[in-house]
Amino acid sequence: MSVQPVPSTFFREIARNRRNSWILVLVVAVVLGALGGAIGGATGFGWGGVTVALVIAFFMSIGSYYAGDRLVLLSSGAKEVPQQETPDQYRQLLNVVTEMTIASGLPMPRVYLINDSAPNAFATGRDPKHASVAVTSGLLEKMDREELQGVLAHELSHVGNFDIRFALLVGVLVGSIALLSDWFLRFTFWGGGRRDGGDRDRGGGGAAAILFIIALLLAVIAPLIGRLVQLAVSRSREELADVSAVELTRNPLGLARALRAISDDPEVLEVANRATQHLYFVNPIKSFENRAKSMWDTHPPIAERIAVLRGLAGQFGQDPAAIG
Amino acid sequence: MAPIWIVLIVLIVVVAFVVFIYNGLVQRRNIVDEAWNQISVQLKRRHDLIPNLVNAVKGYMDFEQETLTKVIEARGAAVSAAQAGPAGAAASAQAENFLTGALRQLFALVENYPTLKANENVLKLQEEVTTTENQIGFSRQHYNSVVRDFNTSIQTFPSVLIAGMFSFRARDYFQIEEADAVVPTVNLRS
Repeated sequence: MSVQPVPSTFFREIARNRRNSWILVLVVAVVLGALGGAIGGATGFGWGGVTVALVIAFFMSIGSYYAGDRLVLLSSGAKEVPQQETPDQYRQLLNVVTEMTIASGLPMPRVYLINDSAPNAFATGRDPKHASVAVTSGLLEKMDREELQGVLAHELSHVGNFDIRFALLVGVLVGSIALLSDWFLRFTFWGGGRRDGGDRDRGGGGAAAILFIIALLLAVIAPLIGRLVQLAVSRSREELADVSAVELTRNPLGLARALRAISDDPEVLEVANRATQHLYFVNPIKSFENRAKSMWDTHPPIAERIAVLRGLAGQFGQDPAAIG
Repeated sequence: MAPIWIVLIVLIVVVAFVVFIYNGLVQRRNIVDEAWNQISVQLKRRHDLIPNLVNAVKGYMDFEQETLTKVIEARGAAVSAAQAGPAGAAASAQAENFLTGALRQLFALVENYPTLKANENVLKLQEEVTTTENQIGFSRQHYNSVVRDFNTSIQTFPSVLIAGMFSFRARDYFQIEEADAVVPTVNLRS
């Protein structure tokens, strides 16, 4: 008899995330299919272009579903913390994760460490049985026990309500499309221009036309991608994870103090990028990219999250003023 | 011939009904037992850690003998209370609460001894005691909620009939604190 995840928000969120994951895969298939169609039409390859694109979309989706978490962890430079014969300095980290798995009824995730002094954390994986939680060494240094517990409870809430699955698919699928579009745009407008002569000699006018069409298409798709990333981590998603975390720890102040400490910290997380930023506990990009405030804003403002937690403090007999 | 069939069908339906409810009750009782086992493993771990902790701090805290004695006594009471199994959940919870109080006092005293606070062995034991205490706390929430499910099902109709027939008994809660019952409410769509 397995234990069901506890927090009251989990069931609704699980259904929503499962549905959104399918929609995302379909959207990506349609987008790639359209691209393939455009290329096929321009080259006289016809429906073959669509077929090839759909096959690519299929393998990309399968790949990100089963191996995306390893890709994300690898690209963040995360190292697994051994759960047997754990070094003393990581004992507390594993203890706190264990406590939160007991509170939530979730299986023990793999725990990873990112060697970076900026305090932050994320969770990834396709479902609770294949989940990983990663924290930075800065988080371990700068958080006290209660704050660490709040952060990990937040991450395990993402695991419990399947946010991790949707976020993973967004990260890998949308990330690779964004990368493709960046690459194509750069190639056609700058790189293509610079090597103009050589290209024309070899590919002729047809290739340039195809690239132009692709670039146009991608220009249309780009805002859509931005919207998808936003959808992945809408404000309510982060705030829901905060509330579920409080349901687990019964300690709103611990989480609020962690948020305050992390947002006050001047260090920048170097391993985060556009494809992984939405996974993190606190948006790691914001501090150095001003643009992040508009289109790529994936997290609600810290002050808002703290205000919600402050409202909860009273319900647990804590003093809201103690957050500072 | 017809009446025999009717009697037979009714009999089968009744038996199927009893079997169905009986199995459901057994399943719930097993879940309660499983939840209790989880707690008792943690209680045992806690009881095993305390002598080590007392030994580690003893040399430094000659003047705090009273507190140490209190911790040891509270541990003894908790160990014997835990032996009663799930039937003694309420008594066990009380003894554990008392032990928690004694340990709090001990940890507060440790703060006064800089050499103790810097002792890695003590720090390690303190972390282990803290996490065990937290784990007991979180397991308790789970245990209490499965006990609530079980007790409700043996007290409500129609399962109460079968529960009476096979003498299922309501289980004790492992200490109910008001704060445990709180589900945070917040309006995020505003």
